[in-house]
Amino acid sequence: MSGMPLVQVQDLAKRFDVSAPWLNRVIERLPRQVVHAVDGVSFEIERGSTLALVGESGCGKSTVARLLVGLYEPSAGAIHFDGQPLAGLQGSARRMLQRRLQMIFQDPYASLNPRWTVADIVAEPLREHALVAGRDAQHARVAELLQQVGLAAADAAKYPHQFSGGQRQRISIARALATQPEFLVCDEPTSALDVSVQAQVLNIMKRLQRERGLTYLFISHNLAVVRHVADRVGVMYLGRLVEVAPKRELFAAPRHPYTRMLLDAIPDVHMSGRARTPVQGEVPNPLNPPSGCSFHPRCPHANARCQAERPALHTLGSVQVACHAVQEGRLEAATRPVTLTAT
Amino acid sequence: MSTATPPTPLLEVKDLVVEFPTRRGTLRALDHVGFTIAPGEILGVVGESGAGKSLTGAAIIGLLEPPGRIAGGEIRLRGERIDGLPADALRRIRGKRIGAIFQDPLTSLNPLFTVGHQLVETIRTHLPVSDAEARERAIGLLARTGIPAPEARFGQYPHQFSGGMRQRVVIALALAAEPELIVADEPTTALDVSIQAQIIALLKRLARERGTAVMLVTHDMGVIAETCDRVAVLYAGRVAEIGPVAEVIHRPAHPYTRGLMGSIPAMDEDRDELLQIDGTMPRLNAMPTGCAFHPRCPAASERCTRERPELMAAGATQAACWWVNARVAP
Repeated sequence: MSGMPLVQVQDLAKRFDVSAPWLNRVIERLPRQVVHAVDGVSFEIERGSTLALVGESGCGKSTVARLLVGLYEPSAGAIHFDGQPLAGLQGSARRMLQRRLQMIFQDPYASLNPRWTVADIVAEPLREHALVAGRDAQHARVAELLQQVGLAAADAAKYPHQFSGGQRQRISIARALATQPEFLVCDEPTSALDVSVQAQVLNIMKRLQRERGLTYLFISHNLAVVRHVADRVGVMYLGRLVEVAPKRELFAAPRHPYTRMLLDAIPDVHMSGRARTPVQGEVPNPLNPPSGCSFHPRCPHANARCQAERPALHTLGSVQVACHAVQEGRLEAATRPVTLTAT
Repeated sequence: MSTATPPTPLLEVKDLVVEFPTRRGTLRALDHVGFTIAPGEILGVVGESGAGKSLTGAAIIGLLEPPGRIAGGEIRLRGERIDGLPADALRRIRGKRIGAIFQDPLTSLNPLFTVGHQLVETIRTHLPVSDAEARERAIGLLARTGIPAPEARFGQYPHQFSGGMRQRVVIALALAAEPELIVADEPTTALDVSIQAQIIALLKRLARERGTAVMLVTHDMGVIAETCDRVAVLYAGRVAEIGPVAEVIHRPAHPYTRGLMGSIPAMDEDRDELLQIDGTMPRLNAMPTGCAFHPRCPAASERCTRERPELMAAGATQAACWWVNARVAP
């Protein structure tokens, strides 16, 4: 089965209609308004690897996550999982597929039902998909799942409020693992956690990937976390992918001006003396995105073509980048000092 | 920058104790916290959720939520005690001499009034100026915090501003009466990285140009490294380590600081596993004996479980750990 990526996404788009109510539109002559939350995104994820999507608030990364697990229906484009198209699957075929992909949400406080015990929460997917027969088998499976994420079997009888944020996120992971999925979509799984707890959760996620060959789509706004977990990184801006590259390439030689800007904006914990360039401007309103390349108003390399024509993703070796300046050779890949020091 | 403390620091916090009386007994949330901030200095206060960093800020600006109360210690602003002042005296200091910036810019602004109205009101409360002068000042403040077209923005409501712009308005409000000290509680946590960089640059410029002292409360070591002169690491309501920021980051003396630094994924090195501190911060009603960090500490000895360490000199920093300066197991 090698060779074929586990997840293939082609020209995926999601539009949300955010128009005023019909009566207001008629009386106040307001136009229909549509947000292109995700606008023609394509990528592939190899089995056993991690693709991270990064970008600022409102860039559409969480929408991609929700489209992949079927929480939203795409407006256009196709998602293939293990060669099978996700669209149009009904009934038992859909359920069979759903079992193989699971999601971990950002907020470990909102994603666990406070009235259920941990045993109920973790066993829900088991019951839903009828994966175990009998109470004893269910107990044993829940205990096993909890131990895999570093919790005790006895924790099954407790309620979510008895756990800290990091422990709750481990319960979410145990629940996601219940159906033995191959693919996990993780939407900012550690953003609500303290750094020391974040380290615990990231270590568990990496260990699970090593042991079971899990495939991850990892959504984050934190580039340092992404650098730690990802194999490949996709950078999103206003609903589109602007650069997709293997992790090392992206961090050592970012090509797209937006990627450079993001990398320059990260606070440097180790005080290497690297100058941090504060970025000018803000993400434009997605209701009214700029013409041409949507990054051109903030881009120091923009010219007339960038204002008029939207760049497509072009492949340059192992990197894909959507930028006229890069493609025309006006902009060389930035070389960033990569120091490999141990602390 | 300021390793030597000047004779009268701008802010001096000494042995601050904050307690919450509850039905099941009194919980001590801050336990003898002490530090100083010099004029123009940026002190970072870092720690995990529940370490007491926001509470320290709230105690200084006099906004502790009841039933929390200051149960001991002193807070001095230019040598003058400001803890335990009556409410109206405190209100005059807050805003005039101490400005506050909170995490969420949306809840710190009144949605029913224009940004200009809120600025003018704050300025006129604290400074003896006319309406026209206050308006001019307000526009100047908006311009200084980097808001484009300040005259036009003056008449707009908070919802018409983006997150980053709103946080600039909150900073402008905090600066309105030219305070000597700004307490900024997670000012960049709700913002995207690119906007975060802009806000940090703004805070640094203010401290440098106007000699405003800043107490920057955050959980983000990256922000601390970029912004602060000195840093205090809080753990379970106590200062675990305090010192110049470069020292604390490169040569942390306290095992907790070391764990904290090691658990941050770094941009310039590859590690398969992050260093992790097992367990979680103790709850206030279940504080361990001795050093509060000992159940999670890889180096804890018998003495650590028994006796609580005070801050002691450890090279250029001070750390509350028995291992500091100990050649053999303490």
